[in-house]
Amino acid sequence: MSATATGSTATGPTAIRPTATPEIATQEIAGKAAAAGDNPGELLEISLGPHHPSTHGVFRMDVSLDGERIVKLKPVFGYLHRNHEKIAETASYLAAMPYTDRLDYMCSLSNNWAYALSVEKLAGLQVPERAEYIRVITAELTRLQNHASTIGFLIQEMGASGTPLMYAFREREKILDLFESLSGSRMMCNYMRFGGCRVELPAGWLDEVRKVVAEFPRFLDEFERLLAGNEILMARTQGVGVLSKELAIQGGITGPILRASGVNYDIRKVDKYGIYDRFDFKVPIGAHGDVYDRYMIRMLEMRESVKILEQALRDIPSGPIMDPKSKIRGFRPKAGEAYGRIESPKGELGFYLISDGSPNPYRYRVRPPSLINLTVLEDMCRGYNLADTVVIFGTIDIVLGEVDR
Amino acid sequence: MNLEKVKSDIEAAVPGCRLQIVVNGSPSGQHSLLLDREHAFAVAKFLRDDPELCLDYCSNVTGVDWPDTEGSGYLEVVYHLYSTVKKHGPLTVRMRTEDRKDAVNLPSFTPLWRSAEFQEREVFDLYGVVFDGHPDLRRILMWDGFEDHPMRKDYVDPDDYEYEPTAHDAVLKRALEHSNRDEKAGGCQ
Amino acid sequence: MLGEGIAKGLAETARNFFGSYVSKERLTTVQFPEERLPQPEAARDFPFLVYDGPDWQAGLRCVGCQICEKECPPKCIYIEKSKDKKPDALGKPQFYPAVFNIDISVCMSCQICVEVCPFEAIKMDTEFELSTDDRFGGLLWDKSQLAKSNEHYNKIHPTEAAEVDARLAEEKAKAEAKAKAAVQAAAQAAAKAAEAKASPAPPSAPPSGSAPSDSAPSGSAAPSAPATSSSSSTVAKND
Repeated sequence: MSATATGSTATGPTAIRPTATPEIATQEIAGKAAAAGDNPGELLEISLGPHHPSTHGVFRMDVSLDGERIVKLKPVFGYLHRNHEKIAETASYLAAMPYTDRLDYMCSLSNNWAYALSVEKLAGLQVPERAEYIRVITAELTRLQNHASTIGFLIQEMGASGTPLMYAFREREKILDLFESLSGSRMMCNYMRFGGCRVELPAGWLDEVRKVVAEFPRFLDEFERLLAGNEILMARTQGVGVLSKELAIQGGITGPILRASGVNYDIRKVDKYGIYDRFDFKVPIGAHGDVYDRYMIRMLEMRESVKILEQALRDIPSGPIMDPKSKIRGFRPKAGEAYGRIESPKGELGFYLISDGSPNPYRYRVRPPSLINLTVLEDMCRGYNLADTVVIFGTIDIVLGEVDR
Repeated sequence: MNLEKVKSDIEAAVPGCRLQIVVNGSPSGQHSLLLDREHAFAVAKFLRDDPELCLDYCSNVTGVDWPDTEGSGYLEVVYHLYSTVKKHGPLTVRMRTEDRKDAVNLPSFTPLWRSAEFQEREVFDLYGVVFDGHPDLRRILMWDGFEDHPMRKDYVDPDDYEYEPTAHDAVLKRALEHSNRDEKAGGCQ
Repeated sequence: MLGEGIAKGLAETARNFFGSYVSKERLTTVQFPEERLPQPEAARDFPFLVYDGPDWQAGLRCVGCQICEKECPPKCIYIEKSKDKKPDALGKPQFYPAVFNIDISVCMSCQICVEVCPFEAIKMDTEFELSTDDRFGGLLWDKSQLAKSNEHYNKIHPTEAAEVDARLAEEKAKAEAKAKAAVQAAAQAAAKAAEAKASPAPPSAPPSGSAPSDSAPSGSAAPSAPATSSSSSTVAKND
């Protein structure tokens, strides 16, 4: 029993942690510590990436190897650096909104929400009830499709080329279709505005969502049948890339990785931003902090998201979707600053804004979960085989658009 | 968290430190604490280890450039601290450099919170704040040979880009200047 | 038993594989160029300029106010305002864009130009097969390429366009009523003045007072619409 109940908010014991037959499971995981520099002269240095298919974009790891074992690993990035923050500081508040879509391009609606939330804090805008529900629905759909594809990619990186990823993408596509009919774009949604949402839901959209949400658990069951007991999966993931609770907190790790290490910290529960205090859902907590737990946590989180969606779809009221005080043109918040954060699928996504009363933000800062979750990559990989780094890296779930900005 | 109380707690725990509450005028009401450079590390250590505050999670580290404030201006580094145990936060903590040219050193908080490691590197890279005590202070987003600090307000981007005709007049103007300069220089590049 | 989990997983793939022969739900691939899914109504890619009536040059709604140029995040719009004025659909003399270029290789389809436009003049198209072998000229569109009729807009976004049309019609009716009231007021004032000048003479105003109400529907024939009414209505819109 691993990715299960610890703490009052944790989820029920739906998770199973089957162990593979001993001959595979115990295989030489113990010898991690033997790696470091007995023989520094004979280390092999290789550069993994930036065009390696497992790096999710242009990302490089400078790896020093002792035989097959990792001794040193330095992540190198910045290849996709566009200075998003500088661009936003030279444009109006509204003009930064479409750029936030391009941070973590898998989860544009979460990014929109985080930015809108920060600006609302800065300017003191109130979000109408209906808009809050729409935000929860879109953000949870985003979480579903992000976790589904992350798991798909993870399995792909373990060598199951194609099949699980395609099943995940089949589901993701249904959700992206919903986004397209809502906002006009599948991935670059640019949907939320300061004090609400841009347009009213199209006719029949909620029914479409209900259909997708009702069908989603079927996919989760299918995925579990496909993988949960798979011996190869267990051998590759259990006990690999262990991240201790202390290091996870110290390293500022957030999101599913933090919770897989056994820390009960979910910003939806801690900050209760938006209307998350109205929903009944649990936070899955892991116990081992290994790759398997991070995989399982995401599976469980999807089930919880489905629960939130069902409640939100049941309760969504009618009414306005924009704060009447909000303005499209000539938006100038008072001088001051605000830090707003949400639980994006990747972790804590925060925006720190300083206004000097002009139409442009004086300082616009993104706190990117993908970048900060990379801090402990070296610690997670040290002592494991080179092939394991790819898997460990896959569970961090980064998007380079957000790392490099 | 009551900022006044936090301030008096720190003053009791770290004798000699000079703290100042920076009032935030926006409706967010997130006021912050300005630390002095000499005692900042001790104060941060107290904030992390104090059982009541227990700010064990440093979420956000960022730089801000204030070129026109107080004479020659200064660079500022802002930390947002939370607690995963007590579930409270953010406590906003800031530090200021002496000026923007030579005295740009600040103590690094990376030994206390490793989450500051990459973010302080980023502030070093984009703002030019030098963090004393950082284990690995290198450029992170820009490449190693790069000279300037692009997020500073007075940054001028180098005139070395490839011109593509676009509709936008400002780009067009710069592109013309660029090509004129090239012609004068003998048409290289 | 070792291998049991793998066997279970393979059974699942087999179910999907054979299922794809019988169930449409498991066969989700669409053979794109031959088979096409309908686009949702909200779909957007690049902006176009809306014109009313048959002639795109006369009917262009854009007045060259340059708000979209200023707000465009990637700065892909380039506008030069005209020196002279031309009557718009309501008959008011307005500026028009002498040059209106959009570099669609820079455009990121965010539709902020649509949101900030106070004149409903720029909207998002749904045409996406725009590949060209001319990298620079072919993707820099001028206003003749950008202008598309209101009928086209109604075809691609029917719900949204119907709302816009209703709103514009309302505004037009309001503007006309205002113009009419202004003309009447002017006529009355003129009549009064005439009365004051020659008190015994009967008011000669009625013909000039009734004329505007006849000519009101044809917007273009109101060159003498008082400057006050047109300027006040633009101010209200630009607010």
